[in-house]
Amino acid sequence: MIIEDIANLLKNKYSESIEYLEDAKFIKVSASDWNDVALTIKNEDKLKFDYLMCISSYDCGDKKTYGVAYNFKSTSLNHYLEIRIEVTDEDSIHSVSSIWGSADWHEREAYDMMGIKFENHPNFKRILLADDWEGHPLRKDYDTPEYYRGMPVPKDKTYWE
Amino acid sequence: MKASDLSVLNKFNKDNVIVEKLDTLINWSRANSQWYFQFGLACCAIEMMAAAGPRHDLDRFGNIPRASPRQSDVMIVAGTVTLKMAERVKRLYEQMSDPKYVISMGSCSNSGGPYWQHGYHVLKGVDLVVPVDVYVPGCPPRPEALIQGILELQKKIKLQSPLGKEV
Ligand code: SF4
Repeated sequence: MIIEDIANLLKNKYSESIEYLEDAKFIKVSASDWNDVALTIKNEDKLKFDYLMCISSYDCGDKKTYGVAYNFKSTSLNHYLEIRIEVTDEDSIHSVSSIWGSADWHEREAYDMMGIKFENHPNFKRILLADDWEGHPLRKDYDTPEYYRGMPVPKDKTYWE
Repeated sequence: MKASDLSVLNKFNKDNVIVEKLDTLINWSRANSQWYFQFGLACCAIEMMAAAGPRHDLDRFGNIPRASPRQSDVMIVAGTVTLKMAERVKRLYEQMSDPKYVISMGSCSNSGGPYWQHGYHVLKGVDLVVPVDVYVPGCPPRPEALIQGILELQKKIKLQSPLGKEV
């Protein structure tokens, strides 16, 4: 199936929460319906997206909205899909780690680096940085700390001069 | 005989007896059995493995990899020391028994390397948490460079005076 057909199929089912962006060829889903949409694209006979290839996160640049992009493939029907969800700092996204196992670590990384929160995740904590780290480094407005547990983290060359 | 003289063996020219300071004997054995603590932190570790492999063969200098800090004399910090790892590096160093030495291998552990300016998560030089004896420059240093570092450390060990005052 090509992405236009997938978008139409999902729109018939979840009208309001689906938005198809034609030039960028991805589907935007609202966070509230995400769990149902995820189950549909996994189980629907015409879709069967059994493989979650990647989850990426991005900063929308307005200091409050952050996005997640999911890339799917169907190994049996051989088609692809990109879904994006954008949320503000207060909202969270439903975890899909019970649907696609690969989401587990990807979601933790999205949280670690971009501060996106996922509900119902079995083991929700940072994956790479230390547990007591403050902030989420890939956010555009991230400020490097001066010290971490007493170890200096110089921001620029002047530290050494 | 100078303590840095490598040729204790040459003194065995008569019988099986040599007269020498105990310091020299201890240094001789320490310098030639630097068992190193093997842990690789990043890409430099690959060069350390290559140095330990058959082509460069660190064993011929008496450098044998140990998997436990309790059995090792030298810690080769091979790679990027992240802030998360820095505390562990320090703890592992403290678990090593004396005498212990540290070789900092590669730009990352010397100074932060490629992460020098923008690495929010990288310690800018492992010497901020443990005392370093020899710095090996390079990104990554070739095995020959690591071997030179080890030979420099041998020289340094031979200048020490384990039973007397430090020179
Ligand atoms: S110095 Fe270079 S080769 Fe060594 S760990 Fe750092 S980036 Fe990798």
